[in-house]
Formats: sequence, C-alpha cells, structure tokens
Amino acid sequence: MNILVVDDEPDMQALFQQKFRKEIRDGKINFAFAISGEDALDWMQQHDHEAILILSDINMPGMSGIELLKHIKQKYETPPPYVMMVTAYGDDENYNLAMKLGADDFLTKPLDFTLLKEKLQFNN
Amino acid sequence: MLKMFAPNPDWEKILLRLMYVNLVLFGLEIAFSAGDYTIWFWHIVQLMIVAFVIKIPQFAAARGVVLGVVPLVAVFLIKDLTKLLFPEFFVKVEGYLDIASAVAITWMVAMIIKSQKQNKALTKEREARLKEEERHRFIEAQNMKLEEQVAIRTSELIQQKEELQNALFELQRTQTQLIQSEKMASLGELTAGIAHEIQNPLNFVNNFSEVSCELVDEIEVALQKNDAKEAAAIAGNIKENLQKITHHGKRADAIVKGMLQHSRSSSGKKEPTDMNALADEYLRLSYHGLRAKDKLFNASFTTHFDATIGIVQVIPQDMGRVLLNLFTNAFYSVAEKKKMLRQGYEPTVSVTTQKQNNNIVIIVKDNGIGIPQKVLDKIYQPFFTTKPTGQGTGLGLSMSYDIIKAHGGEIQVETKEGEGAEFIISIPSSA
Repeated sequence: MNILVVDDEPDMQALFQQKFRKEIRDGKINFAFAISGEDALDWMQQHDHEAILILSDINMPGMSGIELLKHIKQKYETPPPYVMMVTAYGDDENYNLAMKLGADDFLTKPLDFTLLKEKLQFNN
Repeated sequence: MLKMFAPNPDWEKILLRLMYVNLVLFGLEIAFSAGDYTIWFWHIVQLMIVAFVIKIPQFAAARGVVLGVVPLVAVFLIKDLTKLLFPEFFVKVEGYLDIASAVAITWMVAMIIKSQKQNKALTKEREARLKEEERHRFIEAQNMKLEEQVAIRTSELIQQKEELQNALFELQRTQTQLIQSEKMASLGELTAGIAHEIQNPLNFVNNFSEVSCELVDEIEVALQKNDAKEAAAIAGNIKENLQKITHHGKRADAIVKGMLQHSRSSSGKKEPTDMNALADEYLRLSYHGLRAKDKLFNASFTTHFDATIGIVQVIPQDMGRVLLNLFTNAFYSVAEKKKMLRQGYEPTVSVTTQKQNNNIVIIVKDNGIGIPQKVLDKIYQPFFTTKPTGQGTGLGLSMSYDIIKAHGGEIQVETKEGEGAEFIISIPSSA
C-alpha cells in the first residue's frame, strides 16, 4: 500500500517512518512524502495512480490542502485516490469544506497514530 | 434786534418780553406826547442796553451792532444835554451836532451791515464746526463700537484657541492610545497564528517522545533476542528523536518569548538580535495569523537569509513590529490580488537579508496589488490607510518608519501598481 504524506513540516517524515517502522520493514506500507501541495501534484504525475491513500495537511504555505484536494478529486475521476485531510484546527468550517470537496476522511492534529493505524487496517 | 443774538431760548423769552414793554412804552409816549422828560428815560434805557450787552459775555456776537449804535446814542445824549444845560451854545453848535448825528447814523448802518456779514460768517463757521463736531462724535461712536466688536471677537478667538488646544491635546492622547491599541490589535490578530505556531512544535514534542517510548520497548525486545545491531540502530533513532524534541521545544519557547516581547512595551534598549531568526519567526506568525482569520487565504512564502549577517544590535520588540507590519501588508496585498484574479496567480511573499557595506538590508517582497503612485508619498503618514474602515488603523507603516529612523536606518519602497511591492529596510550593522 502506497501512502503519500503531504506536510510542510519535514520532521513529519521521520515521525511516520518511526511510527510505521514495523509496517515499512514488513513491506506492508510504502511511504512517500511531499512538503507542499505543488510537490504532491508533481509526485502524483510521476507516479500515476500509485498512491492509494493521500494524507494531507490543510494549513500549508502555497497550495493549501484544500486546493490540493480539489485538484485531486477533479483530475482523477476514476478511481480517485482515497484522501484523508489533516488540520491543526479541527474546526467545522475546514471539515465541512473538505467533506464537500470529496475528502474521504478527516483527522486532527496532533495525529492519533493508533486511530490512523486502525483506519488503515480497515481500509486494507 | 438783540433777539437775533440770543445765546439760548431763555434769553430769547426775556428779550421778547422786553421788546413788548418797549413797544408799549413807545406807544404811550406817542399817544400822550410825554414831551422832553421821557427823552431821559430813553437815554437811560439805551445806556443800560449798551452796558448790558458789553458786560454779559453771551452777547459777544451783538457787540458789533452795539458799537455801531454807541456813537449815535452818545451824539443824542450830548445833543440833549447841551440843549438842556447850554441852550445858547446848543443853537450855535446844533448844525454840527446834526452833521455828527448823520455821521453817527451812517456809521451805525455801516457797522450793522458789517456786523451782519460777520455774523453770517460766524454762523457759517459755527455750523461748520457743529458739523465737524457731529462728524467727530460719529467717528468716536463708531470707534467705540469697533473697539467693542474687537473686544468681543478677541474673547471669542481666545475661547476658540483654548477649545482647539483642548481638542489637540485630546487628539494627541487618542493617538497615543491608538498606537498602543495598534500594538495590541496586531498581537490579537495573531493569537490564532501563534497558537498554531506553538501547537506544531508541541505536537512534535509529544509525538517524538511517544514514539521514543515505543522504540525503548523495541530495544528491550531486540536485547532479549540478543540482536545488538538492531538495538544500536534503534538507540540511534531515539537519540535523533531526543534532538528533535529539544529542537521543537526551543522553537515553542522562542515563539512564546517573542509573543511576550511583542506585547510588552518596548524596553527601548538595543540587544544583540539574530535578525534572520526574528524575520523567520514574524513571517510565520503573520502568515498563520492571516490563515487563522481567513480560511481561503493562501500564499507561499520564501526566505533568503544571509547567514553571514550575524548578530545585529536592535530593539527586538520594535524591529519585530516593523517586520510583522511589512509581512502582514504583503500577505494582505497578495490576498487582495488573489480575490481579483483567482486562476493562474501564485501569491508569493519573500524575505531576504543581505549585508551591504556596513548595513544590514532586509527586503520584504510581494507580488500583490502594489501601491498606486498617487498614494505613494502618503504611506508613511499616520492614519493613512487604503484598507476598508475598521480593517486598518493606518499606523503600521508610520510606526515602522519611526522605528527604522530611530535605529539610524532607512525604509524605501519600490512598487508597480498591480505587480507588487518591495520594502527595503537598511540599518547600520554596528548600530
């Protein structure tokens, strides 16, 4: 399973790699990382349809997670990747906007990795 | 005749009565032909009139006439006296006395005419003088009126001046309050941004310490399996994590310190300051502050920091305010342009630091709406703002200008309407 994590904080990569140490070692999950919405779109163009799940922060400089979500859902009609949005605010406004734009799930920061793992199990 | 010269109505009445008495007496004399005895009475009356006119100063105007009459009176008196006392002599000189009478009458007529002329001239003169006096009085009255008006106006002006001074004082006080509230408002607007900025490093602190706990468990498992290599690798990870925890802890610490510094009134003291860190911190704060206010707002920001500029002596709170203001303006400008253009526009704000000779140069650049040429010379004026009412105090750039001046530096702007603006701050590095 390929997961693209989009977050402007580079330390997120180390965190995911350590949190999913076993899964990565066992080859169950492959992680790719992008530090901006633009970066994420580039990666997706180069790795067409490889990402099954995209985990994106909303609050980023440049293209925001919401805009990225819009791009993804408009561009990849069949089948669009599964998109989980992450935000620091966890407010209704962003939640509703993300849901309206077709986000598949919604997580709040600080990330609850146990919950995330459960969701990934469920998706598997 | 004296009535003509009467100095006042009272005298006029008296003289009128005397004239009636005179007429009655005259009438009586003619009617009863009293004869020579009444002549003496008339002489006495005449002499009394002459003496009367000469004595009383009010009849000065009539003196000319009286002087004309005197010779005639004298001639008649002499004639009658001579006739009475020296009848023979009188017969001899009667002819001379008649001539004298004629001369006296002529003299009298001449004197009366002359007196009339003089009196006319006097009357004219008096009238002119009266007119002059009247005019003088009028001018005097006008002067008084004017003086009164001037006094009223002066007191009004003094009152107005006092009112204006009070108003000015009030305005100055309000301005001080506004500057204070501007500082506080800019902090308030950033509260959400600050919360976000603190939340992010705190999340990392929590996440990395949590994951390190899990790694310790894994080390134990590895040691049980006698897999020293794996244990060592995990230990390396833990060390990295602890470094990350320290890093993010310090990051949160710096933000809180910066926030406290910003809200605290400026110490006014220059301190060794890492300008790059200060610029970076305030760039993030203003970005997140605007993001928190407007969910749809977005812009990318880039930093070009020259690591060699080192530590600069500045008043950090004040410089922070300047930077915060410039960043907030830049983000506002790109957000406005984004609202108009939407597609195909990449809102970008950048900050650059450089060393130029003995100066540190900080450049805040945006590709927003730019500043129209016609308002360019007003942007540093207090209370000048192009933002809608309630969205800007118009004190940001004015305050920034003052702060940079106080640091012995300069602030310049290069802008093209519709294309963006570039604010260039230059401060002496040794200041």
